[in-house]
Amino acid sequence: MIDVMRSEWTKMRSVRSTVWTLGSVPVLMVALAVVGALATVGAGDAGRLADPVSTSLRGIVLASLVTATLGVIAISGEYRTGAIRTSLVAVPGRLRFLAAKAVVLTAVTLVVGVASAFAAFLAGRIAFAGRAGEVSLADPGVSRAVFGAGLYLAASGLFGLALGVLVRHTPGAIVTVCALLMVLPTLVALVPGELGRRLLEFTASNAGSQVAVVHPTGMGPWTGFAVYLAWVALPLAAGAVLLGRRDA
Amino acid sequence: MTAIRAIGLTKEYGAATAVSGLSFDVRPGLVTGFLGPNGAGKSTTMRMVLGLDRPTSGTVTVGGVPYAELRHPLRRVGALLDAKAVHGGRSARNHLLTIAQSNAIPASRVEEVLETVGLGAVAGRRIGRFSLGMSQRLGIAAALLGDPEILLFDEPVNGLDPDGILWIRTLMRGLAAEGRTVFVSSHLMSEMAQTADHLIVVGRGELIADTGVEEFIGRSSQGYVRVRSPYLAEVAEVLPGAEVHEDHLRVTGRTPLEVGTLVAARGLAVEELSLVRPTLEAAYMELTRDSLEYSS
Repeated sequence: MIDVMRSEWTKMRSVRSTVWTLGSVPVLMVALAVVGALATVGAGDAGRLADPVSTSLRGIVLASLVTATLGVIAISGEYRTGAIRTSLVAVPGRLRFLAAKAVVLTAVTLVVGVASAFAAFLAGRIAFAGRAGEVSLADPGVSRAVFGAGLYLAASGLFGLALGVLVRHTPGAIVTVCALLMVLPTLVALVPGELGRRLLEFTASNAGSQVAVVHPTGMGPWTGFAVYLAWVALPLAAGAVLLGRRDA
Repeated sequence: MTAIRAIGLTKEYGAATAVSGLSFDVRPGLVTGFLGPNGAGKSTTMRMVLGLDRPTSGTVTVGGVPYAELRHPLRRVGALLDAKAVHGGRSARNHLLTIAQSNAIPASRVEEVLETVGLGAVAGRRIGRFSLGMSQRLGIAAALLGDPEILLFDEPVNGLDPDGILWIRTLMRGLAAEGRTVFVSSHLMSEMAQTADHLIVVGRGELIADTGVEEFIGRSSQGYVRVRSPYLAEVAEVLPGAEVHEDHLRVTGRTPLEVGTLVAARGLAVEELSLVRPTLEAAYMELTRDSLEYSS
């Protein structure tokens, strides 16, 4: 298993597209934190109502699509080029192959995600320069939210991988993951009343991002994240079964 | 000792049957040609050997076990399937490194095989820019990485220039001479005639012949004795059953000596009496005529 993970790590670092995609995560996170903080400060009194942590971490909406895309191409890229056959001849244990890919992807996106979230938080704090709410990592829920943003980014990467295994087609999988993360909540929001409100809570992105806010609404941060992991586990399990059965 | 053994191997895609009840053994120390027209099921068979495609029925084992059960398969089996099926953004060295690492093959082997196939100078270049010939060499380097005793090559000379073809031919002969098993598919009889010791011939997914190259030619009915004479009509009389052509006769089922004796008994002069051996190409065409997917 270590051998296969080593191989997957080499695959990831030896292609420019994955390196650039990954590199855009901290850039997005920090840039949006600074823009958000400056806009909040510029809004004067109205800005005082804003949650400075959420403002600093607002980049996760876009950055999660980036890590999801990374997850998709980690597997769909192999299908596109046909390299999947080389991979499966080298590692005929398909579950082992997928597990190694998932572990390496998760490790990489977690490290980059957590580091980016902390960088974004610090950048936001500098941009706020004490003018809006002064927050520190020692305040209740703050470090959990910042770390949680990294977790959300890593889970989104795994979500992308799961849909990539299932769909095997880069554009199809990316459209699917974007639809589930971005479009589904707006559709569910159209459902009226209490039912709509409950369903909205359970959508992948709403549930998953609870862990990245200081004051979660509705379900708690960890319950929310667990719901997101269930969203990830479902296609991942289905993809693993199909990967084992399908001809490569 | 059998390196690859297929028993009743069958693969159906919906209503279409790609491979049907194929049984054969591939032995070490020989180059075994896997021959058949395009669409005969050769690549499908190779993918089943390597555990990529699941047989509809039947089994195939490598060194006695199903491929998927091998711990570090590349140390036992090396394969060249589609040389262009690689991520073009990776360098040749990194491409081979990812393969080596997955089977715990030391990284030093990467440099060794790159030298073996003559790609040492372009090891750092992105493989998307490689010519087909260079890609084939890279694919062969990947197959050689684990120093395997069994090698599979699917149409390795496709699209290669004469230098490349000669190189691959020499390489395969050398690998077999070292006692390794070399199983190579081709739709080109002429190519196999110069490389293979043994032939497994398929058509429409079914086994047509499993035989040595010499026997394969011998089995063909196309060998004949060719006779030319100014007295063709008289000669034809003493050789019942001979095929009469405009300026010569074709006698099958008799040796040149028998033909000569019969003609000499009548005192007839001949200007040519020769044995025309069937070519491998002709034998192949004759055998596969019925199994071409799309006859022209």
